[in-house]
Amino acid sequence: MAVMTYIQAVTKALEEEMHRDEDVFVLGEDVGARGGVFRATDGLHATFGDERVMDTPLAESAIAGVAIGAAMYGMRPVAEMQFADFIMPAFNQIVSEAAKIRYRSNNDWDCPITIRAPYGGGVHGALYHSQSIEALFSSVPGLKVVMPSTPYDVKGLLKAAIRDDDPVLFLEHKRAYRLIKGDVPDEDYTLPIGKADIKREGEDITVITYGLCVHFALQAAEKLEKEGHSAHILDLRTVYPLDQEAIIEAAKKTGKVLLITEDNKEGSIIGEVAAIIAEHCLFDLDAPIQRLAGPDVPAMPYAPPMEKYFMMNPDKVETAMRDLAEY
Amino acid sequence: MGVSEIQQQSLTSEKAKWMYQKMAEIRRFEDQVHETFSTGVLPGFVHLYAGEEAVAVGVCAHLDDKDSITSTHRGHGHCIAKGCDLKGMMAEIYGKSTGLCKGKGGSMHIADVSKGMLGANGIVGGGFPLATGAGLSAKLRKTGGVAVCFFGDGANNHGTFHEGINMAAIWKLPVIFVAENNGYAEATPFEYASSCESISDRAASYGIPGETVDGKDTMAVYEAAERAVERARNGEGPTLIECKTYRNYGHFEGDAQKYKTNEERDEHLKELDAIIRFRQHVLTTDLASEDELHSIDESVRKEIEDAVEFAEKSPMPEADQLTTDVYVDYQPGGEE
Repeated sequence: MAVMTYIQAVTKALEEEMHRDEDVFVLGEDVGARGGVFRATDGLHATFGDERVMDTPLAESAIAGVAIGAAMYGMRPVAEMQFADFIMPAFNQIVSEAAKIRYRSNNDWDCPITIRAPYGGGVHGALYHSQSIEALFSSVPGLKVVMPSTPYDVKGLLKAAIRDDDPVLFLEHKRAYRLIKGDVPDEDYTLPIGKADIKREGEDITVITYGLCVHFALQAAEKLEKEGHSAHILDLRTVYPLDQEAIIEAAKKTGKVLLITEDNKEGSIIGEVAAIIAEHCLFDLDAPIQRLAGPDVPAMPYAPPMEKYFMMNPDKVETAMRDLAEY
Repeated sequence: MGVSEIQQQSLTSEKAKWMYQKMAEIRRFEDQVHETFSTGVLPGFVHLYAGEEAVAVGVCAHLDDKDSITSTHRGHGHCIAKGCDLKGMMAEIYGKSTGLCKGKGGSMHIADVSKGMLGANGIVGGGFPLATGAGLSAKLRKTGGVAVCFFGDGANNHGTFHEGINMAAIWKLPVIFVAENNGYAEATPFEYASSCESISDRAASYGIPGETVDGKDTMAVYEAAERAVERARNGEGPTLIECKTYRNYGHFEGDAQKYKTNEERDEHLKELDAIIRFRQHVLTTDLASEDELHSIDESVRKEIEDAVEFAEKSPMPEADQLTTDVYVDYQPGGEE
């Protein structure tokens, strides 16, 4: 067991999978000798060489599409989008090709591709280096969208994504890269894609969230505990398709539910979570379902006061949790 | 009469001094931002244009406010050459409410429609179709305007490059595609990432003229751009110009630039430097005197100092301003 950062867990998972399976290779912009702009592929080029850690031209559509084509022949490519914001040109390849290959080929073709992308704000990146993109890909059957919150989950889920025979979009919160540290076992393990995880047991309110916001909720829960409010925290981990069973169970447990996302509110992941709860738990609820989300503006603005206003933070989460507990 | 003789005639003393001023403004602006960035005052990251001045200025010398440009993440030079206000630019980079985008955009997204500056752009390859569209509108509305798409060597491998240029070609639109080939797409060398020897070779695919010039030779850029702008204004369609250039700083501030060699850096900062060479050209052709250039240098120094002071003294935007300018007639509710 070693303590490592979120991004070290990414690198570790890639390295271990590349040692385990020669079909696994990495491609993306400056992922080679440079090790990626965030250093997620640091050292991999030195270990595995040009043919397994491939620098690509700046061409996201082809990065995804080439990986999909190779995946159809049994390779297990891990494509890196330098920033999640840059994935848009690849949308067509991911949504029209990767997500539909199995269905349209009568189950003849697999598409074991993993697409990694750093998302999220709070790094002064302004409009095109801060976005949350998960909702754009989360109404696309055939695709899986994974968003881990801890280094432990990163390693287990990234390995599972690479071994998955269907396409997985693996979204890493860029602010979590060096901020979040945790225990990661040295041994090989995977975690199930499509399963949410209880990050904290509690009795009074239920918080359902994912990614960096999980940590804000955990921090707030410690403070609220001292005030006599006990929070139950469910980390979605996979935001598409959703783990309905876990969501229903968590909602029913306390009857008071707060849903949190950093993404803008309308059309976000948590809207679908709210719908699941509304369908299945109406008579178990003691309060209206609460949503805490970013404002509905096109992207995170540049100026610090506006970025701060947009970003989720522990104070906002704490206030929302307390309000719900006192409802 | 050779091409260069024609150009000697077209470049007036007034224009040459304007060009020298704009190049000096860009250099000093970028050196200033570089220095300020290192103090930690700026709230976001910046990609500096210093070293590439000849391109923006050599091209924009042929444009006026009815002409438009699209820019890149490395956009400060284009903004300055197209006439954007230095104070408004600097304030934007500081994230202040007096910035050209009221603090919403920052360095990578400076835009000024009144100057035909459609915006710096955080998305590589974002500008090709936009410039083509701006050219289409100029053609349909018969404004006589042209559109220039500045882009880096990284973007020439993007799908939008091919889609945008092809469309401009089939419709014979007044668009000039100007490649700023500084040798590196972030850290990836041009030779690795592009299948062609020169970006201008790709013009043949679209049946349009393409040429490669020394992008640190201001007059070479100026002359190539003049031919292209004339073609565009005459309804003869788009041109692709590749300017071989160099960025003095890294991809972004903080880039360790391990992919560069000391030799290449020294060469570009000294004998190949565009400003030193243009200064020499202006003096030897009597387009301006040493005194005149010196006084331009002094006024530029003052301009940049004023811009910094303006930016420093300007207020930050109010946080709730982030919900403005989403739609023309509707303001979404904020979320606290």
